[in-house]
Amino acid sequence: MTAGERDTALLSVRDLRTYLATRHGVVRAVDGVSLEVREAEVLGVVGESGCGKTVTCRTIMGLMPRKGTYSSGEVIYHPRGEANLLTVSQKELQRLRGSQLAMIFQDPMTALNPVRTVGDQLIEAVTAHARMSREEAHGRAISLLVRVGIPAPDQRMKDYPFQFSGGMLQRALIAIALASEPKLLLADEPTTSLDVIIQDQILSLLLELQRDTGMSMILVSHDLAVITEVCDRIVVMYGGQIVEEGDTATIISEPRHPYTRALLEALPQGGERGQLRSIPGAPPSLIDAPPGCRFAPRCPLATDECSSWATELLDTDGPGHRVRCWRHQEVRGSATWQASDSA
Amino acid sequence: MTSQRFAGGSGGSSPRASWTLHPSEALLKVAERTAKRSRSTGRRRMVLIIGLAMLGIAILAIVGAPLLAGVSPIKIDVLHPLSPPGTGGHLLGTDQFGRDVLARILYGGRIDLAIAFGATSVTLVFGTIVGLVAGYFGGWVDNLLMRIVDLFFAFPFLVLIIAIIAMLGPSIFNMFVAIWITSWVSYARIMRAQTIVAKKQQYVLAARALGYSRMRVMFRHIMPNTVSAVIVFSMVDAIGNIILAASLGFLGLGAQPPSPEWGTMISDGQNYILSSWWIATLPGLAIVFVGVAFSLIGDGLADILRPGDR
Repeated sequence: MTAGERDTALLSVRDLRTYLATRHGVVRAVDGVSLEVREAEVLGVVGESGCGKTVTCRTIMGLMPRKGTYSSGEVIYHPRGEANLLTVSQKELQRLRGSQLAMIFQDPMTALNPVRTVGDQLIEAVTAHARMSREEAHGRAISLLVRVGIPAPDQRMKDYPFQFSGGMLQRALIAIALASEPKLLLADEPTTSLDVIIQDQILSLLLELQRDTGMSMILVSHDLAVITEVCDRIVVMYGGQIVEEGDTATIISEPRHPYTRALLEALPQGGERGQLRSIPGAPPSLIDAPPGCRFAPRCPLATDECSSWATELLDTDGPGHRVRCWRHQEVRGSATWQASDSA
Repeated sequence: MTSQRFAGGSGGSSPRASWTLHPSEALLKVAERTAKRSRSTGRRRMVLIIGLAMLGIAILAIVGAPLLAGVSPIKIDVLHPLSPPGTGGHLLGTDQFGRDVLARILYGGRIDLAIAFGATSVTLVFGTIVGLVAGYFGGWVDNLLMRIVDLFFAFPFLVLIIAIIAMLGPSIFNMFVAIWITSWVSYARIMRAQTIVAKKQQYVLAARALGYSRMRVMFRHIMPNTVSAVIVFSMVDAIGNIILAASLGFLGLGAQPPSPEWGTMISDGQNYILSSWWIATLPGLAIVFVGVAFSLIGDGLADILRPGDR
C-alpha cells in the first residue's frame, strides 16, 4: 500500500465492510477498513466500545453469524497463496483457523468449556491440527502450560475451568491458542476483564511469546495505555472506520486526528490528581451514519464542511502515517484545542 | 447465622471466654467440618448409590428368576388357585389359574426392564442427535425437524401408540417400535432448546476459532454441556415407559397371555382385587420399586453431571 510495503505483509485487509441486518436497521459495523499486519509485528487496534474492533476481528476469522451478516472487501492471508479469507471454502477456513490464525477472547471465564477439564481441552487443541500420540500430546500440553507460566501444570491439567482464577484461565487460553503455533494471533481485549496487575503480566507474557515465536499479533483494546505499551503500530478506529494509523511513537507524539488526540489527553496523567478529561458527546450510531466526518459532532475543530464532506485516509509527513481528517495540519496547534477543552 | 453463634464467645466479658475457642478458630472448625463433608463424595452420591443399588437388586432378581422362583411363571397349580401369600407352597400366593405370583413378577420384570432400557435408550440417543442438529444448524434444518416433532406432539401420545400397535399387531416387539417412533420427540425438544442456549456461549466461538469441525464442536463441546438435561429426563422417561408398557398390557396391547408382564398382571388381578388383593397389588409394588430406583438415579445423576458445584 504505502511506504510500509518493504516489510513482508502477512495479512492484508482491503476495504473491509461488514454490515449487520438488525431489527432497527442496517448497522454498518465495519465500513471500509484497510489494514496490514506484517510478519512478526504487533498491531494495535484501539477505539471505544462499538467502533467495530471486535467485528473486524471476527470477520477476519470468519466467526460472524452467517445470518444477517454481509461482508465485502478482501482479507488476504499471504502465506497461503493469497487466499481471501472471506471467500475461501468452509473447509479451508477450518484448516487455517487454529493452525495459522488463532484468537483469544475478552472474557476468559466463558471461553473454555465449563464441563471439561482444562487439560482435556488443551490436548484437543494440540491434536487438532497435528497427528501425535496421546503421550506426546500430553507432554506438549504440559510444556505449553509451563510456557505460559502456570504452576503445577500436572495437577492443573485435571482441573475444571471454574477452579482457575481469571488470570490463570487467560494463560490457559493463550496456551490453547498457541497450541498449533499460529502465525497470527488476534487478541480481542485479552486483558479487559482482568485486574491491573494481572493485565500487566498477561501483556508481558503475550509480548514475550510473540518475540519468541516470531508470530504477528493484532491486539485489540479500548485502552490506549495498553496499546501504546505493547504495539509497534497503531490503528485508531472510530465509528467503523480507521481514523488514523501510524507507528506507535508517531501516534503518541504527533497525533493528527482530533479523536486520537482526545484519546491521548483522556489518559490519566500519573502524579497529579485532577479532573479526568473525557471526550464530550457520544459515539455515532452506526445505523444512520451521518454524512461527512463521523467525529464531526464531537470534534472541537469541526467546521460546516466537516459535517458534509467525508475524506479518505490522507498521507501525512511520517512514513505510513495516515489520517482521516482534512484539517490534520491544524490539530498540531494546541491553542484551539485547549480553549475548547476547558469550555 | 454462624457468625452470630460465635459472637458470644468473643465478648471477653463472659467467663467462658477464657476456655472457649477464639472466634476465628471456631469458625474455621465449622467451615472445616463442612469442607470435609463435601469432600467425601459418598454423601453427595448417596442418592445415586441407593438408586443404583435398588436397580441392581431388581436386575439380579429378574436375572436369577429361575433360581428364586423355583417354578415356571406359566405353570398352573390346579389345586391352589387364588391362594393367599405364604400358603400352598407359594410365597406370594397364586392367581386365578393357580400360577405362582412371585415367579410371574420375577419373569415379568424381564419384559418391563427391557422396555425401560431398550425403548428409552434408543429414543434417548435418536432424540438427542435430532435436537442437537436442529439446535446447532438452525434455519431450514431446524424448521423441518421441529415441524416433524410438532406432528407427533399434535396427537395424544397414548392414542398414537395404540394406533401404531393396532396397525402392526399387538406384541412386545411392536410395543418397542411404537415407543421408538413416538417418544424421541421430547428428547429432541429438550436438546434443541439447550443447544440453542449453549451455541451462543463464548466457548463455542472459541472452539470454532481453533478450527474445530462442526461435528467436533457439536459433540465434544456443546453436547457435554447440554446432555445432562436429557439424561435426567430419560430416567423419568424410563419410569414412564414401564408404566406405558403396563398400561398397554392392561389394555391387552402389550405382552400377550400367558407371558407375564406387570401391567397385564394388574389387569388380570383387578377382577379379584376385593377377594385376592395380592394378584394386582404385588406387581404394582414392583413397578413402584423400579420407578423409585430410576427417579433416584435421575436425581443423583443431575447432581453429578454439574461439575460447577463439586
